[in-house]
Amino acid sequence: MQFSESIFAARFAITLQDLEKYLGEALSQGGDYADLYFEYLVTSSIGIDESMVKSAAQGVSMGVGVRVISGERTGYAYSDDLSPDKIRKAANVAAHIAAAPAKVEKFDLNEGHKHNLYPVLTAPTETAFSQRVDLVKRADRAARAYDPRIFQVQAVYADNLRQVLVATSEGRLSVDRQPLARLSVSALARQSGGPPQRGHSGGGGRMELDYFLHEKTPEYFAHEAAREAIAMLDAVDAPAGEMTVVLGPGWPGILLHEAVGHGLEADFNRKGVSAFSGRMGQKVASELCTVVDDGTIGSRRGSLNVDDEGQPTRRNVLIENGVLRGYLQDKLSSRLLGAESTGSGRRESYACIPMPRMTNTFMMAGQSDPEEIVRSVPKGLYCANFGGGQVDITSGNFVFSASESYFIEDGKLTRPVRNATLIGNGPEALKFVSMVGNDLRLDEGIGTCGKDGQSVPVGVGIPTIKIDKMTVGGTA
Amino acid sequence: MNDNHLSELAQDIVRQAQAAGASDAECTIAEGEEFSANVRMREVENLKEAGSRGAGLRILIGRRTGASYTSDLSPEGIAHLVKSAIELADITTEDPHAGLPDPGEFGALPGDLGMYSPEVAELDTAFKIETAKRAEDAALSSDPRISNSEGASFDNHVGRHIFANSRGFAGEYRSSYCSLSTSPVARDGESMERDYWYTLARGFSGLEAPEYVGRMAAKRALRRLHAVKVETQRVPVVFEPRTARSLLDNIFEAVHGMSVYRQESFLAGKLGEKVASDEVTVIDDGTLPGLFGTSPFDDEGVASRRTVVIERGVLKSYLMNTYAARKLGMKTTGNASRGLTGNAGIGHGNFFLEKGVQTPEQIIAGIPNGFYVTELMGFGVNVVTGDYSRGAAGLWIRNGELAFAVSEVTIAGNLNDMLRGIEAIASDLEFRGSVAAPTIKMGEMTVGGK
Repeated sequence: MQFSESIFAARFAITLQDLEKYLGEALSQGGDYADLYFEYLVTSSIGIDESMVKSAAQGVSMGVGVRVISGERTGYAYSDDLSPDKIRKAANVAAHIAAAPAKVEKFDLNEGHKHNLYPVLTAPTETAFSQRVDLVKRADRAARAYDPRIFQVQAVYADNLRQVLVATSEGRLSVDRQPLARLSVSALARQSGGPPQRGHSGGGGRMELDYFLHEKTPEYFAHEAAREAIAMLDAVDAPAGEMTVVLGPGWPGILLHEAVGHGLEADFNRKGVSAFSGRMGQKVASELCTVVDDGTIGSRRGSLNVDDEGQPTRRNVLIENGVLRGYLQDKLSSRLLGAESTGSGRRESYACIPMPRMTNTFMMAGQSDPEEIVRSVPKGLYCANFGGGQVDITSGNFVFSASESYFIEDGKLTRPVRNATLIGNGPEALKFVSMVGNDLRLDEGIGTCGKDGQSVPVGVGIPTIKIDKMTVGGTA
Repeated sequence: MNDNHLSELAQDIVRQAQAAGASDAECTIAEGEEFSANVRMREVENLKEAGSRGAGLRILIGRRTGASYTSDLSPEGIAHLVKSAIELADITTEDPHAGLPDPGEFGALPGDLGMYSPEVAELDTAFKIETAKRAEDAALSSDPRISNSEGASFDNHVGRHIFANSRGFAGEYRSSYCSLSTSPVARDGESMERDYWYTLARGFSGLEAPEYVGRMAAKRALRRLHAVKVETQRVPVVFEPRTARSLLDNIFEAVHGMSVYRQESFLAGKLGEKVASDEVTVIDDGTLPGLFGTSPFDDEGVASRRTVVIERGVLKSYLMNTYAARKLGMKTTGNASRGLTGNAGIGHGNFFLEKGVQTPEQIIAGIPNGFYVTELMGFGVNVVTGDYSRGAAGLWIRNGELAFAVSEVTIAGNLNDMLRGIEAIASDLEFRGSVAAPTIKMGEMTVGGK
């Protein structure tokens, strides 16, 4: 899409001259760099509970954020009104971070190259509600039909269409149209008066509604949620202490997001507050581990044609054969560190200052047969699915919670295990990776990452891996 | 816009929705101004300032519902808002329990609840930056091992909340807060740890002194240095107020009316039963002047109130909005909560654990071998089953004293047993937000380590 076709030009009558004028106001007090981020966001969601569609909502929000960078300082202001006087007012507020005469007078805005990772003609948000409401109804029916022990089902379908325009004082002009959709299903199972157990599933990405009709259907996610709930009915108490842990492929890649991804975001390293600070070129994982953050994978939830600073996203190698290779850079950190931006500057909305963030973070496939990995473990824990995770950047300690796991006994999966948290230390944990499977899988497209109060959609992925030593937080 | 305009706008939106076919409607308008200043290593890092507003609408056509929101308050934006909500009633299901509160339920607490301090909007930017710098400087100057920092920030917010519905309820209130926090990094040899301290109040005069905030943050970061991983074992666990508060969050989720009617809470169906030890009394009170969970009415126009949730260990009440109350055959407790969009959810007022009489020191002094938890990590709490397993860091208790730092361990149990296993509650209750708890001693939990 070109600027002239964007909603900002077509509906709000914003011209290149206007953008240049606003950038001029932003830098009127000096400053090294300024950018404008225009956003027009349409969202909708439909929820089913007790087989009734109880909620349906849609909304529109729009605004513009103006940022001025002067050395290490950032001034930021935003407006939810796109009228010229309100944008100029925001530009003038942001300008106050600097205190010198204006240096730049002319901005030659040009649209550079960008990817076309989600060529979606009709975004799900633009389709008829009658089509979308069927998704939650089908999910509800399928989960209930899976097993008579399923007694509660909730499904939520949510989508949004974000249209953005970024203009920078360096002359970069980017527009993008970012569709996103997700279907989530939660099922509760109960047997013979015992306590209920919950199963979750969901997925989506930057694709057309067709995806849910032909590729990953409501029935697929519903069966997965119901299967997990039923499997957990027979779960026994989780073990406590250090043991061998095998992670299944896909969503368990959240381990990488927490253990290394956050610690490699450049803002923490620029400030020297990350457990990975000063470790570039050092061994931080076993040589079987190559970890990549790639924002350029087609249709993925974590992918972007351009980041929220207008830079095209890239494939960034973070760890190569166990050696720390790269940080995730945004504009500010790359300027201060004299490095290139890695296309990792992201923000939740126009009201937020961008930060270095992940996109899709995964470990490259290895050589081992996944079955052989399980067979090699006399006693341990196999984690098939996870809830969320968290990391303390400075100490490097991270956790993630296993929502579906099994004991491994004599090389075989045996009893299901109740929910337990796993804990490790970022720069140490991956040194114990002793086998990496050939079955790399990306998650279904359900992840949201929070940092400093800002949430952004992300993806993760991992093949089956064996970690020789990790602490499991059960009670038994 | 002048003061009355937004209130009239909310009522006008309700009328437009009725004219478009809604049998009932409720409209929320929120308006706010935010400011934030971050300093790091004694220099300004970020300054952010802006205002925003938006409107949310929920309509009913009979027993079908639809909802919408917009940040565009122009006449076209409002027309679109109304149309968006109305069209969604076509796809939702007839729900016998849906609808506005019963006529007798509407109301608002009278008088000044101390939610708004006009001075917050008047604070000078240079003064706010200086305040943040003083907090960070106090941390950096307190010990040579504190030589780095994630900075300090001063934030403030003033807002207006307006609510009107088709049954004639119209109300509004203003609120304000300011906060100061700092996050220093302690380093000694290879060991590096970060911690923080913050203070939050409705007005500037309610904040702790910047120097106190800085010294507290530094003390907390320093005591984490050289943490070790202990052996896996079962020991008494003490939660300091900051981590005890998260247990109150777990209790809130378990008494949340929506989770209860769906049977997805370990406390569902246990009203009137003993669910915790005699020491435990949990209150939700939305009426306490000046606190953060206080408001004159909830997000359905029902007056805020005080609800005893657990009394000396016995489960007395769930927290409900109108919908959950109807599902459970009870009455709303005035706990409806929502943003601008969607159906009302359930929130809490000031949700707290009543304090005991012992000091935290007295509690710790009685423990020969135990774990004092100062940080919890992750999402390992399953409110359906009560299974509890979280990452933890803190200090080891040896012979009644805090002996050495511990990290990279887990604590685990089940909330059913944990609530019954609360042996002592200290007297150090403080409100640093709308959820508060004093120091708690839990009989025994599994600490997962080596």
